[in-house]
Amino acid sequence: MDLSTQETIKRLADTHGRDALVVLLGAPDAESAGIAAETVVLGDPSWAGPLAGAQLGLPVYHVLEDELRDAVPAEVWEEQVGLMADVLDVPALTEAVREFRDQTPA
Amino acid sequence: MFDGKQVIAIGERDGVAGPAIAACVEAAGGSVAYVATECFV
Repeated sequence: MDLSTQETIKRLADTHGRDALVVLLGAPDAESAGIAAETVVLGDPSWAGPLAGAQLGLPVYHVLEDELRDAVPAEVWEEQVGLMADVLDVPALTEAVREFRDQTPA
Repeated sequence: MFDGKQVIAIGERDGVAGPAIAACVEAAGGSVAYVATECFV
């Protein structure tokens, strides 16, 4: 994850509190989705950015997960992300993000 | 799922872009705090 994005997430967590934030990802594959999810839950796994060692435990979802699809009006969802839902491996993306979402520190 | 929440939308160029995620959130009544579209090369 970009260092500038990590810095912004850290600032937003400090400002709003972790309970007020939700992270949505648009990663194209399970590996990058997992790395991004790990970064906002357990900290930057590369230890290169501002979130290194920061266990923010933010709730994180991939935008193509069923929870999002159910929450967004169908015509908007289809227009904005429907094509990618047909192309990308949604079950793999869902599992990669859920793995880290379930590790949210108490 | 967005009640009282600020959403951080981290899109990716080869997947779903940040503004598309933000459009979905706003259509669902949520608030977007930050939008980015990253690019891995």
